[in-house]
Amino acid sequence: MSVEVRAHAGARAYFGERRSARSIAFGAWYVCEHRLRTMRAYLMTIVMGSVFNPMFYLFSLGLGIGSYIDASSGGLGQGAISYLTFVGPALLASAALNVGFEECAFPVLGGFKWTREFWAMNAAPISARQVASGVLMAAGFRVVFTVAVFFGFLSLFHALPSPSAWMAMPAAMLSGLAFGSVIMAIASRLEEDDGWFAMINRLVIAPMFLFSGTFFPLERLPLGLQWIGWISPLWHATQLGRVAAYGMVEPAWLTACHIGYLVIMLIIGLALSFRTFARRLSK
Amino acid sequence: MSETEDSTIMIRAGGLTKAFGALVAVDGVDFEVRKGEAFGLLGPNGAGKSTIMRMIASVSRRSGGTLSILGMDPDERGPDIRGHLGVVPQQDNLDTELRVRDNLIVYGRYFGLPMKFLRPKAEELLEFAQLTEKAAVKVDSLSGGMKRRLTIARALVNEPDILLLDEPTTGLDPQARHILWDRLFRLKEAGVTLVITTHYMDEAEQLCDRLVVMDKGRIMAAGTPAALIQQYSSREVVELRFGSERNAEVALQLAGTGERIETLPDRILIYTQTGEEDLARIVDGGLRPLTSLVRRSSLEDVFLRLTGRSLVE
Repeated sequence: MSVEVRAHAGARAYFGERRSARSIAFGAWYVCEHRLRTMRAYLMTIVMGSVFNPMFYLFSLGLGIGSYIDASSGGLGQGAISYLTFVGPALLASAALNVGFEECAFPVLGGFKWTREFWAMNAAPISARQVASGVLMAAGFRVVFTVAVFFGFLSLFHALPSPSAWMAMPAAMLSGLAFGSVIMAIASRLEEDDGWFAMINRLVIAPMFLFSGTFFPLERLPLGLQWIGWISPLWHATQLGRVAAYGMVEPAWLTACHIGYLVIMLIIGLALSFRTFARRLSK
Repeated sequence: MSETEDSTIMIRAGGLTKAFGALVAVDGVDFEVRKGEAFGLLGPNGAGKSTIMRMIASVSRRSGGTLSILGMDPDERGPDIRGHLGVVPQQDNLDTELRVRDNLIVYGRYFGLPMKFLRPKAEELLEFAQLTEKAAVKVDSLSGGMKRRLTIARALVNEPDILLLDEPTTGLDPQARHILWDRLFRLKEAGVTLVITTHYMDEAEQLCDRLVVMDKGRIMAAGTPAALIQQYSSREVVELRFGSERNAEVALQLAGTGERIETLPDRILIYTQTGEEDLARIVDGGLRPLTSLVRRSSLEDVFLRLTGRSLVE
């Protein structure tokens, strides 16, 4: 049989009655699978980043600033926890947010602009929604990996006294995905980079990191600046993490607010992404 | 191919229209594509070819008219139709971060095909695209022609019933174009229905059984390449150059020669049935062209007659 004929015979056996049935059911997963394969190209960077990032922070804040603060104040209130225990959940959530940003910014801009591969996916029976969901799903895998490694380091540094500390992980992961979904919505609107991502890094992520109760309780900020924390996914995830990691006391309704805020952010981010992906791919 | 298969309509468009705001990109076109044929959409830039392709590819919704692909309406059953199509877009959209073989496998997954099918399939397609030796290199290191062949191979991974090729050889050198034509011709022989847009007339003559010439969103003419040449041009064309200063003046003296005379800044074209005889008569009459050429009429002559010579950018 000639190559041409062989190149065109055989797939029918694998298709059911309806060729697009599996794509309609699992399309987002196929997009995710593709993204994970692409990540293999920079797997080393992912692993190194996930390992060294927590190490640097924990050595600096745990052994450095932490020991200084703990020595001079005898630890923070609420049962005199160490400074590292206080700051740990915030660093965990921050790592998740950064990965969410990384995986939803340039890969989305690139999929539309550089490789144009989103159009290739859409030429197959993959919908715009599935493309967006798949990209976020793949970001989710990286978020899970990063958070798990970070959590492991926090345990090694004895920064997680509560037995329910593991619940800080889903909180951090949720914030990474919620923030990632909003970044995806923004990235999908961009025709060019034009320094937007650098600006988001400097004017959104950096202040969020500094003013979301990361290094000191949010209440210490003047009331006029506390709103930065309230709108920041990092603060909500950090507070959830603190409740889990060392049993920080806060009213249940506030905990519910943190979860609700992150879930709503995720839903809005995804909904906006769906709309922009669909508009761009059908142009 | 049996009589019934031959008459199977793969694509049917009736009054097909696409408007982007006030701009009407496709203005009520009618055409049919039959199973196993290579159908060409010809036209200058902005004629609406790619817009039609995107509507057939079931990713861009029509503004009006009817469109049926494999008997299905793309507005209602887009994913179902796309499962049966292979699409080679104007701009390559391979994943440049992945290796050549992985591009094929990843794409096959989008159709829900399992790895045990895709692994051997990728090897077959690499062989077809003459890229076996490049299987493990990253796409970035491929030449333009190789990327095009990989894009075509990728479009075949789901064994499509219809292969859509939007300007498949634009930007390629002659060698790469000829290899690509050869691959496409083999697919046609294997019974794949091809829909091709191009503004290369030689490509259309080589590949297309039937084509439509489009301009400004409308179909200007339709038929086989030979029929179009017969209908819109003469058998032969005499090309004469007298120097850009004299062409217009000499053209007046040549009035009545052949069926039609076209005067361009750099040459005079005489459309005729008897090129050699006409040229001999002109020279006998005392006119001495700087250069002269008698050639067979081509699709390009038809195209330029129908769509004009003004530049569209």
